[in-house]
Amino acid sequence: MSAGAAPLLEIRDLDVDFGGLKAVNGLNIEVREGEIVSVIGPNGAGKTTLFNAISAMVPVTGGDIRFEGSTLLGLDPNQVTARGIARTFQNVRLFTNMTILENVMVAQHCRTKRGAFGALFNTRAFRQEEDEIQARGEKALGFFGSRLVGFRLNQPASVLSYANRRRLEIARAMATQPKLLLLDEPVAGMNPVESAELTGLIGRLREEWGFAIVFIEHDMSVVRDVSDRVIVLNHGELLTEGDYADVSMDPRVIEAYLGQDTIIEDAIKS
Amino acid sequence: MTATETRPSALAEFAPPRRARDLDWRRLARLGATAAFVQMFVSLTAMPVRLDERPVIESLLSLGYLFIGVIPVIAGNRIGRQVKLEGVPIHRAGRYELLGGTLAGTLAGAGLSLLVILITHFDIREPLVNWSPQLRDLLSFNRGPVFGVLIWLGIGAVGGLVGGGLRLLPTRWRRTLLTMAFVVVLAAILEQLVVDLVSGVGLEPVAEWFYARRGGLTGAGAGVAAAIAGVASFFGRGRLKAARARINTLEGPARTKANAGLILLTAAVMIVVPLLVGSLTNELLANVGLFVLLALGLNIVVGLAGILDLGYVAFFAVGSYTAAVLTAATSPRINPELPWFVALIFVVVITGLVGLFIGAPVIRMRGDYLAIVTLGFGEIIRLLFLSDWLSGWFGGAQGITAIGGVEIFGITTIDGTNPRNIFYLVLVFCAIAIYVSWRLERSRLGRAWMAVREDETVAEAMGINTVNVKLLAFVVGAILGSFSGAIFANKVGSVFPSSFLILVSMVILVVVIFGGMGSIIGVIAGAALLIGVLGGPKQPGLLQEFSEFKLLIYGALLVWMMLARPEGLIPSARRSRELHQEEFLQDAWLRGQVEADEEAGDEPETAERS
Amino acid sequence: MIGKWAPRTGAPRTGVDRFLTVLRVFAVGLVLVGLAAFVAQEISTDNAFARWANPDATGLTGAQFRGLVISGIAQGAMYGLIALGYSMVYGVLGFINFAHGEVFMMGAMTGMITSNKLADAGLWESNFIGALALVMFGSILVSMFLAVVMERLAYRPLRGAPRLIPLITSIGVSFFIQNMSIVLFGPASKAYPAVPDWLRDKHTFLEIEGAKIMVIVAAAVSMAALWFLVERTKVGKAMRAVAEDSEIASLMGIDVNRTIVKVFAVGGAFAGMAGILWGILFRSVIHNTGFLPGIKAFSSAVVGGIGNLGGAMVGGLFIGIAESVGPLLVLEPLGVSGVSQLRDAVAFAMLIGVLLLRPSGIFGEKLRAEDRT
Repeated sequence: MSAGAAPLLEIRDLDVDFGGLKAVNGLNIEVREGEIVSVIGPNGAGKTTLFNAISAMVPVTGGDIRFEGSTLLGLDPNQVTARGIARTFQNVRLFTNMTILENVMVAQHCRTKRGAFGALFNTRAFRQEEDEIQARGEKALGFFGSRLVGFRLNQPASVLSYANRRRLEIARAMATQPKLLLLDEPVAGMNPVESAELTGLIGRLREEWGFAIVFIEHDMSVVRDVSDRVIVLNHGELLTEGDYADVSMDPRVIEAYLGQDTIIEDAIKS
Repeated sequence: MTATETRPSALAEFAPPRRARDLDWRRLARLGATAAFVQMFVSLTAMPVRLDERPVIESLLSLGYLFIGVIPVIAGNRIGRQVKLEGVPIHRAGRYELLGGTLAGTLAGAGLSLLVILITHFDIREPLVNWSPQLRDLLSFNRGPVFGVLIWLGIGAVGGLVGGGLRLLPTRWRRTLLTMAFVVVLAAILEQLVVDLVSGVGLEPVAEWFYARRGGLTGAGAGVAAAIAGVASFFGRGRLKAARARINTLEGPARTKANAGLILLTAAVMIVVPLLVGSLTNELLANVGLFVLLALGLNIVVGLAGILDLGYVAFFAVGSYTAAVLTAATSPRINPELPWFVALIFVVVITGLVGLFIGAPVIRMRGDYLAIVTLGFGEIIRLLFLSDWLSGWFGGAQGITAIGGVEIFGITTIDGTNPRNIFYLVLVFCAIAIYVSWRLERSRLGRAWMAVREDETVAEAMGINTVNVKLLAFVVGAILGSFSGAIFANKVGSVFPSSFLILVSMVILVVVIFGGMGSIIGVIAGAALLIGVLGGPKQPGLLQEFSEFKLLIYGALLVWMMLARPEGLIPSARRSRELHQEEFLQDAWLRGQVEADEEAGDEPETAERS
Repeated sequence: MIGKWAPRTGAPRTGVDRFLTVLRVFAVGLVLVGLAAFVAQEISTDNAFARWANPDATGLTGAQFRGLVISGIAQGAMYGLIALGYSMVYGVLGFINFAHGEVFMMGAMTGMITSNKLADAGLWESNFIGALALVMFGSILVSMFLAVVMERLAYRPLRGAPRLIPLITSIGVSFFIQNMSIVLFGPASKAYPAVPDWLRDKHTFLEIEGAKIMVIVAAAVSMAALWFLVERTKVGKAMRAVAEDSEIASLMGIDVNRTIVKVFAVGGAFAGMAGILWGILFRSVIHNTGFLPGIKAFSSAVVGGIGNLGGAMVGGLFIGIAESVGPLLVLEPLGVSGVSQLRDAVAFAMLIGVLLLRPSGIFGEKLRAEDRT
């Protein structure tokens, strides 16, 4: 987090319009290597749209998104992932009929290259790559302890519990070997114990895997516990940013959460 | 009959039989009316008249009568059907089933009685072409309308009683009886194949004893077939399943060994059988093979990558025409007269390019638009081959004729005059197609196809270039289809635009869906059953009497499969999971395989959104 | 909000995009050069450009051109009528009812049967208008019935299935009805009885055949009736609500299933109407009469923007005129021989072209968000 280094992700004057509605409006954000940044804001503040814009899933109307110094504009989502940005979805979107192992294997598509030829002739390079894919997949799954490995590997993802689906989705994103991980409400729907555990894991993701992480979260205790920096969005604009203590005291933030201010106060108290 | 009915329910309880007077009259009326309507419809399509020419058991039963006679049985059986719900007891069968069955069957029979009356008193031969005195005579067994009316009421009642009575039998007996009936019908349908095969190994007398001269089983033959089937079914039940389960539980080298053994066995059968049978049967096998090849190709596109390509015939056509232009001496513009195998290289390259050319514009479209647009392309390709504009190249409506055979190192020439060799050629390419499908499905590419099929947006976000991956599936499918086309050109010896109607696409699609999308074995079985028994768009099958109705049946089959069993005859495990996710999860839950959340957490309300 | 990813900038990114750009440029270029050649040949068949494009060109006379346009409009009006059914069903259920062309065919078939019976009875000649009204009534009734039965038996059990499943089912239904027509009515083409002279004579200064005037007028009246139904009645309001969001509509007390049945019935009625018009115009019907018009009508619906009813009619006219004049306007001047054989190819090419250039149709789609992927 040295101040001099060039940012990993740099968003300049980003605009995203949906037929006249400005979902994101003139946003400026920087994320440095190895940083954990949380994005908060009331519903409809444009948080998920920001993620979608970064991962090229919605068209950008203006501004620029630069990753490692070069622009992401004009890329397809798969190319963005290939550059090193992986994401999860707010409403978990797994390949539910593929096995757990296949879910993490397929995510390595852009990191591997053996095509039809290798598969047809079962070349040595092909077999070696398949083994590597499997090993890397199991490593990503192993990050979550014994929950997703062992006998579960060859079960379809649809049998997983809700919390484990969220974990598998993160493992799938990890398997794409990104530099930056975008987590959309990673603990939503989890109970306090699970959510506390996942909060710890987010910290470990940076230390052990070296990811920079941007995550959207409504649970203020998670935000407080892991983020280096908090970005507050409101009506598609940057309201404020800074560390948790500053942001949570900011009257504008509390006002933005009008009606929801108790949430943030509760979080501060706890 | 349906999946829900045969599914063993751990929680089923038995309750005393329902009383006959509790009969659900509305259901009875609906079922009976439907059956009667089906009877009348089937009769008016002239199906019974045509199928009457095809005996099942000599001078006793024809396929035509079997066809209309079985409907009351089904109606009689359906009336006793109970919806199984968890915790709701199942009634044992009793008088309810017998009475209900008889009544339902009688209603079904009444449809034909009504038809006899109507035909006697009204003449609407214009527009209904089969509204004829012959139909009336057939329905009334040539004994006048009164007899006809009564006999169908009687047949319906008996049939319905039998159908309802089946429910009273213990499962084992019922299954045995049904197997016996099925085997007898099957033996009659497969007559040509069996006779050919049995005669091939020098047992002609057996075949003659078994089958009557004018077609159909002899009485004794039918008895023996039924007896064998009955004994096998009664005592052998579950053995097959157990054997399959045993193979499936094998691991590692033992599994590989078992698989290799099975493959070798299949290959041996495939090589030996054509040697034993005559050219008519070999012709049939070759036709089936061509469709297996087409279906395997389409299976990669539809089954693996989930792209509904309705213009698949385009690649069949391009393959055929390329082979024809390059090998035939009579090709109008260019006629290099290349050897077939050299031409095949060009076929692959050209079809691959056409696949890219058609695929690139459509691959980004949403699934249903893609279907219609590929259909459009299929039709455009045919119209171009047909047009005067390009007739200088492809001969227009006259097509290209006198296409030579496939020369193999000067040893032998494979052409349409020797269907056995054609079959072997097809077999080689089918083996290639099976290998390609099998390897690709289990590779990085196959996983990407699966992901695209499940959720294209997420697949894209996970770093899969969905456009390229889908395009590749399209092209691989196209090339496999072109093989079939190239062989077809040499088999028939000529190509005409009329061989490549959209109809062909539809038939291949029915084959793939009937067999089971994404399942190699299923697709092969589907092609063998449909093309082998009913026949292809222009190719006759074993039931040649069916040729007028096969397309009608294909259509009905497609609808019925989609409604009742969308995963196909022999489904791939994954496809059935996709289509029956809820049931699958229920089963897994019963087996204790679905985990619950570890602690009592919040309700996962968004979980089902995806 | 996550839809299908949309291209973010105009620049081509992958090989496929570059290829598509080339294809678009080529398609537009072909049309422009063809048109230019046509204009040149119209001015004089002797100028260098005209001769370069097609040395044998003769150009079109004004009367020929007018005739083609009018045939195109009449044909297109029928496509438009059929297209309404595709568009409405797609708007409500989000799938292509492939069998809708067969509903149209059965309408024409019914018309053939009833009109021939009436002709046998002498009513067709003595009281043509009355007989025609009767025939239309019968056809519309049969087509409505067929569409409703189809929905009830084949599509209703599939609500909520993956979206390709009902499409495949409808292909099966289409296949079934076509072949049912063969086995019930025979495979031969069947003729309508002769129509009165005033339908064959040419009228007004444009010299339009009476039958074509009738087709165009009937289409216009039907369109007006549909507009009234959809925009001004309670049923129409329910239909629009279900198309917007069937779940919320059902929460608002709308019986979604009944509304869907009505949508099928209305679509079927228009297809039946188109069937009769087809019979009057071409005087013959056969089992596959529904196939090509069905596909072209679907193309019309797409061209006009699917789910957009006015668009469907305009799309129909567009496709009708394009396939009628397109071959002679673009292909013939470029020296393609036998262009009239390529009419159908032109219609399909139009569909592909529109989807390439503007996938949401000329007037934009009216669909739920989840149906757009």
